[in-house]
Amino acid sequence: MNRIDQVFLRKPGLHFIPFITAGDPDAETTVEMALMLQDLGASIIELGVPYSDPLADGPVIQRASIRALESGMSLEKAMHLVPVMREKGLDIPVIIFTYYNPLLQLTEDRFFRKAEACDIDGLLVPDLPFEESVSLRRRCREAGVKYISLVAPTTSMKRLAGIGREAEGFLYCVSSLGVTGERDHFHPDVHRFLAQVRSASHVPIAVGFGISSRRQIEALRGTVDGFIVGSAIVKEMEARIERLRERDARRAAVEEIRQALTARFFEGASQGERS
Amino acid sequence: MHDVWPDQNGRYGQFGGRYVPETLMHALEELEAAYRSARADETFMRTYKKTLADYAGRPTPLTYAARLSEHVGGADIYLKREDLNHTGAHKINNAIGQALLAKRMGKTKIVAETGAGQHGVAAATVAAYLGLSCKVFMGEKDMDRQQLNVFRMEQLGAEVVRVSSGSKTLKDATNEALRYWVAHVDDTFYLIGSAVGPHPYPMIVRDFQRIIGDEVKEQFGRLPDALVACVGGGSNAIGLFYPFLEDDVLLYGAEAAGKGIETADHAATLAKGRKGVLHGSLTYLLQDNDGQIMEPYSISAGLDYPGIGPEHAFLAETGRAVYEPVTDEEALEAVRLLCRLEGILPALESAHAVALAIKKAKALGPGRSIVVNLSGRGDKDIETIRRYMKAGDGR
Repeated sequence: MNRIDQVFLRKPGLHFIPFITAGDPDAETTVEMALMLQDLGASIIELGVPYSDPLADGPVIQRASIRALESGMSLEKAMHLVPVMREKGLDIPVIIFTYYNPLLQLTEDRFFRKAEACDIDGLLVPDLPFEESVSLRRRCREAGVKYISLVAPTTSMKRLAGIGREAEGFLYCVSSLGVTGERDHFHPDVHRFLAQVRSASHVPIAVGFGISSRRQIEALRGTVDGFIVGSAIVKEMEARIERLRERDARRAAVEEIRQALTARFFEGASQGERS
Repeated sequence: MHDVWPDQNGRYGQFGGRYVPETLMHALEELEAAYRSARADETFMRTYKKTLADYAGRPTPLTYAARLSEHVGGADIYLKREDLNHTGAHKINNAIGQALLAKRMGKTKIVAETGAGQHGVAAATVAAYLGLSCKVFMGEKDMDRQQLNVFRMEQLGAEVVRVSSGSKTLKDATNEALRYWVAHVDDTFYLIGSAVGPHPYPMIVRDFQRIIGDEVKEQFGRLPDALVACVGGGSNAIGLFYPFLEDDVLLYGAEAAGKGIETADHAATLAKGRKGVLHGSLTYLLQDNDGQIMEPYSISAGLDYPGIGPEHAFLAETGRAVYEPVTDEEALEAVRLLCRLEGILPALESAHAVALAIKKAKALGPGRSIVVNLSGRGDKDIETIRRYMKAGDGR
């Protein structure tokens, strides 16, 4: 069974799904961050591939993308980081998050060959809507890679029904309109939206875009199965970016990031959630 | 046959489509439905045509370039004078169409992207005329290079938003406008400036620009042997070509070859690009091996775009239209010739088309005819032209 399905079967509750950009600011940091996030209680890791034109992302992840591109990161290299992480003890599932063009240039054939070799569990392409992803979804199914689809508060009921029916792994619910980045408030209709998604699909649902505090997450308990945090993590990294680049200072910087994230997202969390 | 493009998936052959985040899908569906209903509504189309006549100054003339034709010694060259439109370029045709559509949809705000500022000026102009608020996204580098157009947009009541993300030029301004639109989709209309972007934009822009080709057909009386237009995103070219797609007329697009397609400094998307996805559609792009988009270069800011409209990619692939690179130097020579021989200062973009038309006129020979789209006037470029002429060989 795919690791992503196992995650939700094994343990109900609210799963923590962090996002980091591969190569921000270098490959070594990405590996260390992934291990720290697993230790912090992450159930799944979204590994972002940097792109020159990240349309769905806000300024924080845009800057991470630029740093990662400067370090020479690519889709292929990001995939190759996963076996390195596994060797060091990462056993939670990894989803490759990439815009479509890098995938198109690598070609689907090579992507799936590498996905198998590198033990990739899922794929998320933020600029490939349901209508454009028919063939890619089919290939993912054949390859045992979970294709993670997104739904938004503006997604029509008709499209939601189709996306929900075909969904695999979990459904990524975009909490608010706009780009990624921290926000104080979700879309006003977020609860109604999440309830609609729940009834439209058989797979678990996770919410992302704008998650910045424990309070927001608590408000969603019982409504969703997981939450995705990206910009809030990347911002903590950005605040220590020079130390992350230095071999000797990296470990301490990663430890500080762990503490900052703990204070923000886990203090007051119910027991067992961070196992 | 060409009436079938785009197909129901927004495709021109394999090109085009709708590669956008899920958050934009609803807005694009809403836009497509509103546009199809507007296009079928005679009152709407009458208002569009009337605004083009009373406000933009259409129809624009078709001028026979007698001295240029004689100088070249080949086919007769005619100029479609889009430079005589209000605001000085063809951009206003599309801006009027889309702004009227925005109003019809009940949107009170428009956002637009701009490179050199021509589309930004057209959008700001129409917004003022129709009483809409207007935000124009412009790359930081372009704002510094085109300060006069920034001032002009501000005088028209638009807010110019400085874009410092990515490479700080047109491609990033487009990203930023799309990002803004996603977040404000309830009351905001995205008025895109070229025949690019996710479906239905390339179709909408083409339909609002086809007035250029429709008028040429009527003004010329018979079919010319060839049509020539410059291509960045490709809105003026598709506007000229589209009504002639089924006719026995040669179609030529001039891409910006910058300092030469053998150098790194060019914007020759079809000559040097590969298929990929940018700004919502599958087309030819300048990109590296990993699929990262490269920064193009051209002396002409309006051709300085790393992609090309999907319908042009399709016309190139099927061979219906032929696209050839034209260098900075060739464009500047065309500026000089058109000034001296016809008393017309063309925009640097349009000068690329003139340069290609001169080559084609020689190849076709006497007794044949070519219509060139003179998409804009060159006043905006006068400083750039002056700088290059001074730095050049002192001609």
